[in-house]
Amino acid sequence: MNFEEIKKQAMSNWEAMQNSGKARILIGTGTCGIAAGAEDILETLREELGKNSIEADIIQVGCIGLCYAEPLVEIVKPGMPGVFYGNLTPELMAEIVRDYLTADNPRPDLALGTRGEGTINGIPRLFDLPVLKPQVRIALRNCGNIDPTDIHHYIANGGYEGLSEVLRMKPQEVIDEVKKSGLRGRGGAGFPTGLKWQFCHDSPGTQKYIVCNADEGDPGAFMDRAVLEGDPHAVLEGMLIGAYAIGASEGYIYIRAEYPLAIQRLRTALEQMEKCGLLGDNIMGSSFSFHIKIKEGAGAFVCGEETALMASIEGNRGMPRSRPPFPAQSGLWGKPTNINNVETWADVSAILQKGSGWYASYGTEKSKGTKTFSLVGKVMRTGLIEVPMGIPMREIIYGIGGGIPDGKNFKAVQTGGPSGGCLSASFLDSPVDYESLASAGSIVGSGGMVVMDEDSCMVDVARYFLTFTQLESCGKCIQCRWGTKQMLDILEDIVSGRGRDGDIELLLELSEAVKNGSLCALGGTAPNPVLTTIRYFRDEYEAHISEKRCPALVCKALVSYYIDSEKCQGCGICARACPAEAIKGGKRMVHVIEQDKCTKCGTCLDVCPAKFSAVVKISGEPVVAPTEPVPVDSKA
Amino acid sequence: MSIAEVTQNTHTVVQEDEETVTTRVDEILASYTGVKAELIPILQQVQQAFGYLPEEAMSRIAQFVEVPECTVFGVATFYAQFKLVPTGRNIIKVCRGTGCYVKGAPRILEETEKILGIKDGETTPDLEYTLETVACFGSCALAPVMVVNDKVYGSMTTDKVKKILDRKGRH
Ligand SMILES: Cc1cc2nc3c(=O)[nH]c(=O)nc-3n(C[C@H](O)[C@H](O)[C@H](O)COP(=O)(O)O)c2cc1C
Ligand code: FES
Repeated sequence: MNFEEIKKQAMSNWEAMQNSGKARILIGTGTCGIAAGAEDILETLREELGKNSIEADIIQVGCIGLCYAEPLVEIVKPGMPGVFYGNLTPELMAEIVRDYLTADNPRPDLALGTRGEGTINGIPRLFDLPVLKPQVRIALRNCGNIDPTDIHHYIANGGYEGLSEVLRMKPQEVIDEVKKSGLRGRGGAGFPTGLKWQFCHDSPGTQKYIVCNADEGDPGAFMDRAVLEGDPHAVLEGMLIGAYAIGASEGYIYIRAEYPLAIQRLRTALEQMEKCGLLGDNIMGSSFSFHIKIKEGAGAFVCGEETALMASIEGNRGMPRSRPPFPAQSGLWGKPTNINNVETWADVSAILQKGSGWYASYGTEKSKGTKTFSLVGKVMRTGLIEVPMGIPMREIIYGIGGGIPDGKNFKAVQTGGPSGGCLSASFLDSPVDYESLASAGSIVGSGGMVVMDEDSCMVDVARYFLTFTQLESCGKCIQCRWGTKQMLDILEDIVSGRGRDGDIELLLELSEAVKNGSLCALGGTAPNPVLTTIRYFRDEYEAHISEKRCPALVCKALVSYYIDSEKCQGCGICARACPAEAIKGGKRMVHVIEQDKCTKCGTCLDVCPAKFSAVVKISGEPVVAPTEPVPVDSKA
Repeated sequence: MSIAEVTQNTHTVVQEDEETVTTRVDEILASYTGVKAELIPILQQVQQAFGYLPEEAMSRIAQFVEVPECTVFGVATFYAQFKLVPTGRNIIKVCRGTGCYVKGAPRILEETEKILGIKDGETTPDLEYTLETVACFGSCALAPVMVVNDKVYGSMTTDKVKKILDRKGRH
């Protein structure tokens, strides 16, 4: 079958599904959906449909990005817009089936929004909600809309049309198109994709390789996982386009083993491509042949770095090497190799489907297009978002994210993972693009965005990241291996009350050494979390060092707990819960925490009934409280 | 979650004798061609079969891909995934990623350590549980996250840890 026929069939299947006269129910069963309980919802859904003898098509889709509202279901009744329901429980699901599928009440009280043609009274349009309004979905165009295990769904939505077009173009024309789009690599460094392709294209040699970097090692980031789980073909089509442009006949996907579902989705996708003649020899009947292999990572963060990644594919310890030679000159087994990130590949297929001009119409002068971010941490609406480059940070955190929960204050946003930095409130009105984040001392990075509120201690956060980089340093460069360790030691001292004058200066000095003395960007960027927290939150470092005080009340060694004798009613709950048996008391006695036994776990603070709120947490001041229990009544 | 659920998807934990190890490793090797690039996938498959990398297996693999044993050992010790000692029948993983960290992951780990009586990276003496931390599961929107065997649990609290681990009636 040629592509035109496959496409015709895909379209007619898709239309038959839309016009089947049956309701369609889309349920998000990506990793986060499942973790939030989507499987139970699916079971209830099937049971209820059976019980009520309703015929409906259930389609399992990937993550639409509204992770805060998972489990999430969209119900599309014939002739009606789709209705989204979030935060479902099996009970709510059963109610919705009863009210909306057996009867005609769409339950506006439970609905999040509608999508598609038409409106329903009392339910807003989903894409008019603050969480989606500023978003532009290019890499995520199909996530949550199609069944990722059915290649026909992808094809019916414009899939592989880009490739079909590309096969009629000259490789150089394809590269020029990517250059014109202004696309820059989404894996971290933001290198212009078209230019990278040009280097590899121009390298002499007949055997060339394409690699998809799906290692996604930054903690707090899951954009690539969502794309691979929700729309694997968008990435694979991009790889084929790149292979054709560069002249590669073999490709690898290097994916972390922590993403079993994404791996499974990729395997299914590859099988289906082969069946459709979209992978293997003579793709779409052309002279272009391409094969793809999946390589699972083995749990080393540094393997996300391109030269380490290639060493790992070759079966070696994943240690970076110096560049040049760049992979475009000498990559896998010494052959010219082009590595791009998952999202970059997904953008490539969109660009070749819709044109470079369309893509470049989004974003800023130097940062074109859109970028996905995983918005997590202390923000109301956590999830996966895709926004045009240049959007103000405030719009992401307060518009899309809905601000900080529990009435707390925003303190910092961490971008770029361990290679990035923590930005303070002064950055909120700056645009999010490569240049502006870099000038603030951070990076766009792969797209992790972790919001922190007043309860996060910035010194502790810096220590947290250094723990990570120090652990993940491959050990090849001494400045990275020992410099990060030394920096971590100093930070450990500071958070445990052993900080000394001059520590900040020492950290700054070591940062320079580690940056300059490391071969790869792991060491080259490892000091960023320290540098940015010193730059924006120096007063917190100083409080730890000179006053032995942790303003956020986080660092255990610097906080104490005591029981307010005015408030304690002697209920004894804290004494029973204390794992260290550090609380003295007795019936109707004001309880007392023995400071020398207290492990500062905070259990007493958690369990003290809200109506009493007698446990107090302090830092930088001495505990003033009775040392022996007294009867509650004798207090006044 | 029932015990049956927890123990599904787990590997067998028996200290195999040398002969059995060699036989099973050879079975695995039969589907490979013996080039260096296969080393990591082979180690992954062997670890899946035994729960760790037995020493005899590593020397067999070294012969097969034609590299010195120290190279195999070097690769196995480089990657966090590989274990050189037997692991428990149930693998409990707690996320230490940033998304989880700012949402209280340290306390989830502490609670888990307390209940299981082991620290991160350790295995209970009865080979029932191994506790690990992972840099991120990519489910950060549901932080803090914990994974028991292959099942992901989101929005963890210390109480939920108790429920998930205690209900199974340890020992
Ligand atoms: C320590 C380290 C980890 C990295 N991890 C990743 C990763 O997980 N995923 C990724 O795509 N790129 C990662 N990179 C960047 C890659 O080296 C490379 O720049 C990227 O894959 C190129 O693709 P792009 O041009 O499409 O961004 C990492 C770099 C370093 C130094
Ligand atoms: S940070 Fe815990 S799952 Fe990502």
